[in-house]
Amino acid sequence: MALWKSLSRSKIVWPLIALGALLLFNLIFTPRFYHLEIKEGHLYGDLVDILKNVAPIMLLSIGMTLVIATRGIDISVGSVVAVSAGAVAILIGGDLGGHPRVPIVVAMIAALLISSAAGMWNGMLVSRVRLQPIIATLILFVAGRGIAMVFTNAMVVWLYAKPFAILGQGYILGLPFSVFIVAFVLLLTLILTRRTAVGMFIEAVGINPTAARFSGINSKNIIFWVYAFSGLCAGIAGLIVCSTVMSADGNNAGNLFELDAILAVVLGGTSLNGGKFYLFGSIVGAWIIQTLTTTIYALGVPPEISPVVKALVVWVLCLLQSETFRARIARVFVRRELST
Amino acid sequence: MSRKLFASSKNLSILVTLGLFILMFGLGSIAFPGFFSVQNFFNLFIDNAYLMILAVGMTFVIISGGIDLSVGSMLGLSGMVSASLLEKAHMSPLCVIPIVLLMGTAMGLFMGYLIQTFNLSAWIVTLAGLYFARGMCYVVSLFTIAVTNDFFQTVAHAQVNIIGGNFLSPSALIAIGVVLIGFFVSRYTKFGRTVYAIGGSEQSAVLMGLPVASTKIAIYALSGFCAALAGIVFTFYTLSGYGLNGAGMELDTIAATVIGGTLLSGGVANLFGTALGVLVYGIIQVLIVFQGTLNSWWTRIVIGFLVFVFCVLQRLFETRKRTTIGPNPSRETTKATAGK
Repeated sequence: MALWKSLSRSKIVWPLIALGALLLFNLIFTPRFYHLEIKEGHLYGDLVDILKNVAPIMLLSIGMTLVIATRGIDISVGSVVAVSAGAVAILIGGDLGGHPRVPIVVAMIAALLISSAAGMWNGMLVSRVRLQPIIATLILFVAGRGIAMVFTNAMVVWLYAKPFAILGQGYILGLPFSVFIVAFVLLLTLILTRRTAVGMFIEAVGINPTAARFSGINSKNIIFWVYAFSGLCAGIAGLIVCSTVMSADGNNAGNLFELDAILAVVLGGTSLNGGKFYLFGSIVGAWIIQTLTTTIYALGVPPEISPVVKALVVWVLCLLQSETFRARIARVFVRRELST
Repeated sequence: MSRKLFASSKNLSILVTLGLFILMFGLGSIAFPGFFSVQNFFNLFIDNAYLMILAVGMTFVIISGGIDLSVGSMLGLSGMVSASLLEKAHMSPLCVIPIVLLMGTAMGLFMGYLIQTFNLSAWIVTLAGLYFARGMCYVVSLFTIAVTNDFFQTVAHAQVNIIGGNFLSPSALIAIGVVLIGFFVSRYTKFGRTVYAIGGSEQSAVLMGLPVASTKIAIYALSGFCAALAGIVFTFYTLSGYGLNGAGMELDTIAATVIGGTLLSGGVANLFGTALGVLVYGIIQVLIVFQGTLNSWWTRIVIGFLVFVFCVLQRLFETRKRTTIGPNPSRETTKATAGK
């Protein structure tokens, strides 16, 4: 009983229950979902596909978690994914023989620098110019795709440099390579936020910026670096997206990713009002979203319709987070108890 | 004294927009032969009629301190539904148009209800609305539906002669009508004044006994209505329904509104300014078309840049205002809640 109490109080339980429910649903309705086999030396099946496809959203949601914890939001991440993909693609170049224009590592670092700079731009607007976060990131949301299209000259760039494909298509120990990237970034973020005071500073800024400032936290810098980090995460996600399809399409790369990332964070238990954040929760949240998407596909629903389901999930989640809604539901129950 | 400064800064931003428009039109006329003509000016109204209608609805939402991100995909959905009802169900336009308008209003009403009653973030609720409407487009049809209905064809090709052979389309006249009605409603009706009062300070508006709750819901219904009307006008313009129509248009709308001098924190806007903002948006596109070598993606970059400039300008105005009249605590609190 005590265990249950402490479990139900922990934020990670509800996302895990939701994920379990989804997996149970699949167990009953789409048994093919659990089919696993070893092909070409690595695991193969829907479950592995989920792991492979979820990596970019997980990366975005790690960055987004910290941003939301400071009471902000970053809607430019999808566009930054496109920028990063465009930059790396144009630097490697579409040589049919697979000879990169500049060394692949250099191209990747350059793309990451560009996306971090995009994040810093957002951070500067929010922390120094003091624009509302959503407006500040709206600017790059609009312009970012334009910048990506200018990089690639409004064409889809196809890549043939084989080594670059490892990021999105490679396997280590039978598992997708991208999973290890996510694990690495997550671990690094956890160490950075939980083993040092940074995590507490971020939460303090989110809970009460004024109080945080009075207690000597440099909230401006915290906010600035949080957005820069979100940009970096989006950059890594962009590299993976580009490598998975070996092409950069400024129009579609990272399209609608921002909602998935925000949704993952909210599902994971981090409140949009800032404050306490749960990195593991966000990871599970991203997992739920990708499982939901794969389930929708497995049921044979056209992929274009999946936004309807996601929208309904968001509305329900918002309602569950609303105090007024909870109070109303509680009142209904109380009334029922009184009448019996 | 403070009131005078407030009023002047309000008019100033419209003057800046007007100046910008004249400057751009002038530059275009000097640089490109054939640019300067009355018809070219009228074309701005013809080509941006739908945007102007969206922007009027959006302005009301923003005055109240809210936001509506669903308008772009609502436009797409309205076009899709009207095309499908006209072509697949062979209904009369006299039935189709009211049905579509009603649908848009109902959708806005629903989101307004969620936002107001449960105190949810307008950004998240309408972002989900964006995805919902976009997904519903594909529920209606996965493919483009061409509109061959006689009435729609006639309206689409009609030209209304204004002066000396220069013409406007019926859609442009509808848009101008909407702007005029919007201006009248915002200035001279109880509803309009309440909207401004809510944007100025929601708490004070409640204390003044204004019908804040019902007005806020009505604002989103109004925005939904405008989006549906814009969808019909867009169908006149393209004579087809397609699931991707209006993608990203919500941000174009917000951008045009901001360029028109609307303060994103609410309380300050002029419907004529909004119309001017749309014209500036239109003329950027025309200039890029006339220029010929830049690809159309530069439009997005320029728009992003203009939004940035105007946001920073507004920020400066705001700070100056606050330092002149001193900090206003009630405004700070409403902003803090809006920031959620």
